[in-house]
Amino acid sequence: MTTVFYIAAAVALVSTFLVVTRLNAVHALLYLIVSLLSVALIFFLLGAHFAAAFEVIVYAGAIMVLFVFVIMMLNLGPLAVGQERQWVRPHTWIGPSILVCILGAELVWVLSRGGSKAAAVAEVTPKEVGIALFGPYLMGVEMASMLLLAGLVGAYHLGRRTSSGAAVNRRRGND
Amino acid sequence: MGQIPTEHGLILAGLLFILGLVGLLVRRNVIFMLLAVEIMLNAAGLAFVAAGARWNQPDGQVMFIFVLTMAAAEVSVGLALVLLLYQEFKTLDADAASRLRD
Repeated sequence: MTTVFYIAAAVALVSTFLVVTRLNAVHALLYLIVSLLSVALIFFLLGAHFAAAFEVIVYAGAIMVLFVFVIMMLNLGPLAVGQERQWVRPHTWIGPSILVCILGAELVWVLSRGGSKAAAVAEVTPKEVGIALFGPYLMGVEMASMLLLAGLVGAYHLGRRTSSGAAVNRRRGND
Repeated sequence: MGQIPTEHGLILAGLLFILGLVGLLVRRNVIFMLLAVEIMLNAAGLAFVAAGARWNQPDGQVMFIFVLTMAAAEVSVGLALVLLLYQEFKTLDADAASRLRD
C-alpha cells in the first residue's frame, strides 16, 4: 500500500509541476484536475474516505468548472472556435490521460485488494467527521456559512458592477 | 503493506505547497496565480488530513472541509475580479493592475 502512495505522490508532484509550467490555461486545468485526483487517492489511502469524496466532488468538480467557465467567458469572439479546436487537439490529452490511467490502475488495484481495510489503515468514518463537525466545531460551521454568504454577495456585487461599469464606459464613449 | 508514514505525507504536502508558491511568484497571468493559490490550499488540506490520519481523529478532515469552503469562496470572488480586470484592461497580466488608482 505504501508503494501505491508513492506512485500517487509522484503523479501529484509531476502534474502540479506541469500546472505551474504550462502556458495554456486549459492545459494547466487538465493537469490540475489530475493533481487533485491523485491527492484524492492519497486521502483514500490515508483512510479519509470522506475527504477523498469531497476532493473529487468539490475541488475537481465544482471549482474546476468555475475556472473553465471563466476561461471560456474570456475567449468570446470569432477566434474562440479556432482556439477551442486547438485546445482539444488529441495530443493535448496524452499527458493527462497517461497520468489518470496510472491513478485508475492504482485505484482498481487497491479496490481489488479489499480497499483500505486490507492495508490495516484505521479509517476515520464520515459519521465521526459529522459528529465532530456539528459538535465541537459547530461555531466553525456557522462561520463557514457566513464566509460562503460573503463570497456569494461579493461575487454578485462584482458581477453586477461589471454590467453597470460597461454601461458607464459606453456612455463615456458616446460623449 | 505497512502504514503510510505521516512524515512522507507531510513532505508531499510541503512540496506541493512549494510548487504552488513558486507558481504564484513566477507567473503573472491572474488565472495561473489563482490556480497556484488553489494548489497551495490543497496542500494545506493534505497536511491537515495526513495529521488527522496520524492520530486517527476526525479533526483533520473537519479542517479540510473548512479549507475547502474557504477555497470555494475565495475562488468565486477571485474569478469575478479576474473578469473585472479583463473588462477593464483587456489583459490578464497582474502587473497591468499594479496601480490602485490612475
